[in-house]
Amino acid sequence: MRSSVVFRLSIPQKILAYSALVFLSIPALLPLLWMVSTSLKNDAQLFVQGDASAQPLTLGRLIPHPFVWQNYPTALNMVPFFTYLQNTLLLCAVTVIGACLSSAVVAYGFARIPFKGSKLLFMVMISTMALPSQVTMIPIFALFRWLGWYGTYLPLTVPTYFGVPFYIFLLTQFYKSLPNELSEAARVDGASEWTIFARVIMPLSKSALVTCALFQFLGTWNDFFGPLLYINDPSRYTLAYGLQQFLGAHGGEWAQLMAASTLFTAPIILLFFFAQRIFIQGIATTGGKN
Amino acid sequence: MKKNLVGYAFISPWLIGFCLFTAFPFLASIYFSFTRYNVVSPPVWVGTANYQVLLTSDPLFWKSLKVTLYYAALAIPLGVVAGVSLALLLNLEVKGMSVFRTIFFLPSIVPSVASSVVFMWILNPQMGLINGLLRRFGILGPAWLQDTDWALRSIVFMSLWGVGGSMVIYLAGLKEIPAHLYEAAMIDGATTFHRMRHITLPMLTPVIFFNLVMGIIGTFQVFTEAYIMTQGGPEDSTLFYALYLFQRAWRYLDMGYASAMAWILFIVIMTVTGIVYRSQKRWVHYGE
Repeated sequence: MRSSVVFRLSIPQKILAYSALVFLSIPALLPLLWMVSTSLKNDAQLFVQGDASAQPLTLGRLIPHPFVWQNYPTALNMVPFFTYLQNTLLLCAVTVIGACLSSAVVAYGFARIPFKGSKLLFMVMISTMALPSQVTMIPIFALFRWLGWYGTYLPLTVPTYFGVPFYIFLLTQFYKSLPNELSEAARVDGASEWTIFARVIMPLSKSALVTCALFQFLGTWNDFFGPLLYINDPSRYTLAYGLQQFLGAHGGEWAQLMAASTLFTAPIILLFFFAQRIFIQGIATTGGKN
Repeated sequence: MKKNLVGYAFISPWLIGFCLFTAFPFLASIYFSFTRYNVVSPPVWVGTANYQVLLTSDPLFWKSLKVTLYYAALAIPLGVVAGVSLALLLNLEVKGMSVFRTIFFLPSIVPSVASSVVFMWILNPQMGLINGLLRRFGILGPAWLQDTDWALRSIVFMSLWGVGGSMVIYLAGLKEIPAHLYEAAMIDGATTFHRMRHITLPMLTPVIFFNLVMGIIGTFQVFTEAYIMTQGGPEDSTLFYALYLFQRAWRYLDMGYASAMAWILFIVIMTVTGIVYRSQKRWVHYGE
């Protein structure tokens, strides 16, 4: 079904295509390269950039001269980076487990048990994804405050244990694609739905669960708004929130700021390179749901 | 009967979560929007006062609505054009395409806190990369995020940098266009332009429609970039609606007022999405 096989490009057309691709890669990559490059420069190198009378800025400046590694240890000393990292990883682990398990259970119900009202409820669930969070965030904040959860991680973690609509949607699609004979065979043997889910379906859905885990990890790692609302104790900051606080406290120290940004972004980029296919497939599926 | 019970048992985590974290807050925020409420003490009923003040005597409300609509009017169409163009380019049959796909997609996974900090640096008026490069061509660049005329546009540029996410969705849409349509067109002697105009773009309209709707919902909620980079400044030129709402709620503890703002936001989003939804008969092409 691939449509692209139809077209063969001529040599000039190929050259044109490559030039466009290379040209457009520059703005795509430059901000990240500049971030890393700045993190390896000293103040003198940065100030030259701002001096209009000095040599004009060229892309050759991307390569620091000399390389200054000191910004990294300095940045790590300016903020308790490892505490933030630990907090972030803890939150990631707890939310990934919660989101994947609860979403899988719910998705099994929607995909493989025909019950009354399932279609309607599924529609309701899908439509909640489009609901602007602003409409619900104030009462939710009031609720968590009333429960005494303000300042703890509970507001950031507990909601993920009630199923996440996007993952429920992805997993439902996946479970629907599995042949019915799988469950029928187990049902004949007298297995309960729960046993079928836990023993037959779950082991088959590793790939779909990995997609959900990846998105949830990314979501928690990047989350800025949650910690902004609920976390007030600096020893509980996450990396995303900590980086913003770093900016507030040391706004002019660009080399250290870029070192901190690099440390914060690098794990996500590494993860992306290892799991690129899962990322892209997961995102591409969202568009095909209409 | 038992089937029903088992089914509800399986979806119960979501059902309970839906009641607690969506349905109840949804209704509660309608109530809050008619009260004066600061979270610390119980809400006090004030009738339609919040809405009256918002609509008649709060210039910042109108400013934030204007900023958000202006941003949406720029960022959404540019995002669609950039996303579709990149996807078309990536759909060409040349070697090494996966490398370019990775390059274009990469910015969209960078955490928004990090990209905000990086863009503040790149757009720094004196020492930033952009003005440095412009200076090389003899152009004195603006102060970008510190310039009332350029701050909002800078955030639009930044949003285009992250267009890779929707690009991937368009690319998946392009891959699903059946080859036989193109084969038939080739036999009829259709030019590249005709193929694009009569096959590729019509077949892609459902995906464009999807991204348009998601884009509308997303742009009306832009927050992090503005909160980190400009705090709404200079002179409120980047006071996004969601940012003003946040300031009202958490800086001034005007939660009732902010709830009223949230409901107006909801109605605006519903109206705009509704218009786009109604328009789909005219331009969205379903099926072959």
